[in-house]
Amino acid sequence: MTPDSAAAPASQATDDAYTNPLRDPRDRRLPRIAGPSVLVMFGVTGDLARKKLMPAVYDLANRGLLPPGFAFVGFARRDWEDQDFAEVVGEAVRQHARTPFREEVWQQLLSGIRFVQGEFTDDEAFARLKATLDDLDRTQGTGGNHAFYLSVPPKFFDVVLEQLKHHGMADQQHGWKRVIIEKPFGHDLASAKQLEKVVSASFTEDQVFRIDHYLGKETVQNLLALRFANTMFEPLWNNNFISHVQITMAEDIGIGGRAGYYDGVGAARDVIQNHLLQLFALTAMEEPTGMGASVLRAEKEKVLEAASATRKFDLHTARGIYAGGWSGGELVKGYLEEDGIPETSTTETYAAIRVDVHNRRWAGVPFYLRTGKRMPSRVTEVALQFKTLPFVPFNAHDTATLGGNSLVLRIQPEEGVTLRFGAKVPGTQMEVRDVNMDFDYGSSFTESSPEAYERLILDVLLGDPPLFPRSKEVEESWRILDPVLDYWEGTGTQPETYRPGTWGPKSARDMLARDGFTWRRP
Amino acid sequence: MTIEMKNTTAAKVAKALLDWHRERGSSGSGMVHTFVVATDRDDFDEAYQAALAANREHPSRILIVVRDPGAEDGLDAEIHTDSDARGDMMVLTMRGRTVEHPGSVLRPLLVPDLPVVVWWPNEAPEDLLTDRIGKLADRRITDALGAEDPTQAIIDRAYYHSPGDSDLAWTRTTRWRALLAAALDQVKAPVTAATVEAATDNAPASLLAAWLELKLGVEVTVSRTDGPGITAVRMTTPSGPIEIVRIGPDETVYRVPDQPERSVALRRRPVAELVTEELRRMDDDVVLADVLAEMVRQNGQCALDLSGHPGNLQHPVQPSA
Repeated sequence: MTPDSAAAPASQATDDAYTNPLRDPRDRRLPRIAGPSVLVMFGVTGDLARKKLMPAVYDLANRGLLPPGFAFVGFARRDWEDQDFAEVVGEAVRQHARTPFREEVWQQLLSGIRFVQGEFTDDEAFARLKATLDDLDRTQGTGGNHAFYLSVPPKFFDVVLEQLKHHGMADQQHGWKRVIIEKPFGHDLASAKQLEKVVSASFTEDQVFRIDHYLGKETVQNLLALRFANTMFEPLWNNNFISHVQITMAEDIGIGGRAGYYDGVGAARDVIQNHLLQLFALTAMEEPTGMGASVLRAEKEKVLEAASATRKFDLHTARGIYAGGWSGGELVKGYLEEDGIPETSTTETYAAIRVDVHNRRWAGVPFYLRTGKRMPSRVTEVALQFKTLPFVPFNAHDTATLGGNSLVLRIQPEEGVTLRFGAKVPGTQMEVRDVNMDFDYGSSFTESSPEAYERLILDVLLGDPPLFPRSKEVEESWRILDPVLDYWEGTGTQPETYRPGTWGPKSARDMLARDGFTWRRP
Repeated sequence: MTIEMKNTTAAKVAKALLDWHRERGSSGSGMVHTFVVATDRDDFDEAYQAALAANREHPSRILIVVRDPGAEDGLDAEIHTDSDARGDMMVLTMRGRTVEHPGSVLRPLLVPDLPVVVWWPNEAPEDLLTDRIGKLADRRITDALGAEDPTQAIIDRAYYHSPGDSDLAWTRTTRWRALLAAALDQVKAPVTAATVEAATDNAPASLLAAWLELKLGVEVTVSRTDGPGITAVRMTTPSGPIEIVRIGPDETVYRVPDQPERSVALRRRPVAELVTEELRRMDDDVVLADVLAEMVRQNGQCALDLSGHPGNLQHPVQPSA
């Protein structure tokens, strides 16, 4: 197992007893540069590859974080030569990279760009891939260190992993081999376990990096720092002070061209299972004993184990689909009218569930998780709502417009923290009203904080796994969500429609009203 | 727009700043430090632009201090409300005897409770910690290459180093150091000898050589080339040579044993980028302190000709006997 040490790149630390005299844990300026390696990407023609992954690779190179020996290999069906692929990468970099385009950096990357043409079932193509990697190990000095990024639909995972194993590309005798997979990790507990079986047949747990690109490492670390590097929040972070917690991820767009993927999956599987339950775990977990991979995971697993969706799903869950109508001044189609969606679809585009945590810290504090498409705005946040005062020494009129205090961890679009509290309105009248105190990461620090994918790719190349979920967390999340999904399926009905550009269906409002709360307007 | 105030006082400037914040509808919060730039008229433009660029990553209150000791006593101030700074941008011209009392002007204008950083883009005082502006600061940044005599400047830095001090000459070595460390990550072999090649009197080269000597425990030769700056570093190992050679402004060659030669990106970075790197850390650079102590140890008193130097006993870095 990879040690949790932060001092030296883990890949080197495991090799042998050599300590690099030029590395000094106190030397905070020296970036951790990944060792020589090849990043192999399956599914290079997708949007994600062009808009995020390729630019992230360039940005890393531009920041000097990629090693001199680095190669980037694309694998796809297209009939391309190396230079065609290089052109596609170049185009993607020029359009989407966050750092300025510099010819010398591009040239450095270019020398290691290769393309392998083939189908996933094509043995010869994988033999060619193996030959390409061997050649790169020789010419670029990439030392047998290979990361395989599966930016492909999950149904191809097993065939690709099988091929890699079959052609000796999972073998770690010479250099490390790592595989990166993205959510969804299955569509329920059973399929997640099945996927795990497929993955673990070819790769060990330490070689597998599960990526949730919504939840960048930066965000996770910000949350950890806020909770555990401050005195003033943690004492309030429990059922003595918190009445309930709302975790929201809203998108203002519809499903776009993703009908094929989305229908049958739906909002809960797409977002709640991974993203929202990860945010939940980070918000609700106990203080870890350190920031190492295993201790962080242990705390997340513990709180997930203590959590379950509240029974009586008819009262404590809500699901919906967007109807056609006006959204943001634009006439949009309803979900059932989108291309490729059958009229009889029961897939939801809005989902809300209530999660209860059975431990001393959180007993009696409901966590509400909601996500939806065609909401009024694109926003992700965790809002801790404080209990109302047992006694208010002002008369009712003075505090008529006063809500409860809340602490909001804003994650998107502008990462930051908002504290809402009551303040007296200036003037001779005694009137107390809610005000917001805002902190933005963006305006207080750095415009060049690394993009989520840059951190992800770098962590994979460094072999630094801390914040990637392991199969246990994935399975716990399914365990929480599965009963809700079963209930919804069992009703045999279509989800309730909601107008596009609104905060979801009526049942979602009712579900909170039953507990005496209302949804925050993010 | 610029709010211009002639013959003014710090209190009036602070008031004008507050009024402007009110008018703009912001409290001026979100700033992470006060950034004081101690400069002269000559280098004003470059320092101004670099401060502004660094401010993009670290929103701050920028106080540019221009010293004009020859003029009549007084203080002039400009608040640049139209600069694209994400905090406040002010130019404070101290005239005549005011130059002797910069603290009286600066103290009322520092952002409460947050760190104060002072940057001297060219000539810096010998001892930063006892300097009238330097003593207000938590972090003090100098640039030996901006000084008239870079070698002497870096010697001053070495003898008078205190926690919180750093020099852009050191910042200029970061990319080189990163590549050299990465090379050893790959080669994993002891280094038996090393050479740094650089232009004559190149302060970053001296620092880089001292760092290598300190870390590798071998003698490091510094040989002279036409520059600019550091042009190559070569290390000898039993597995073969490690060489990083800058062959053009945009082209650097990287050679390690048993591997094909590669080109890497290692361009000379503009001052704004260097300052930005410095502002990322407010804590002490202990590695720099070690390197400066190593330089002092190596050079000893005679080589540096320290006659006349006060030799400050309160300082952590002491010339060895």
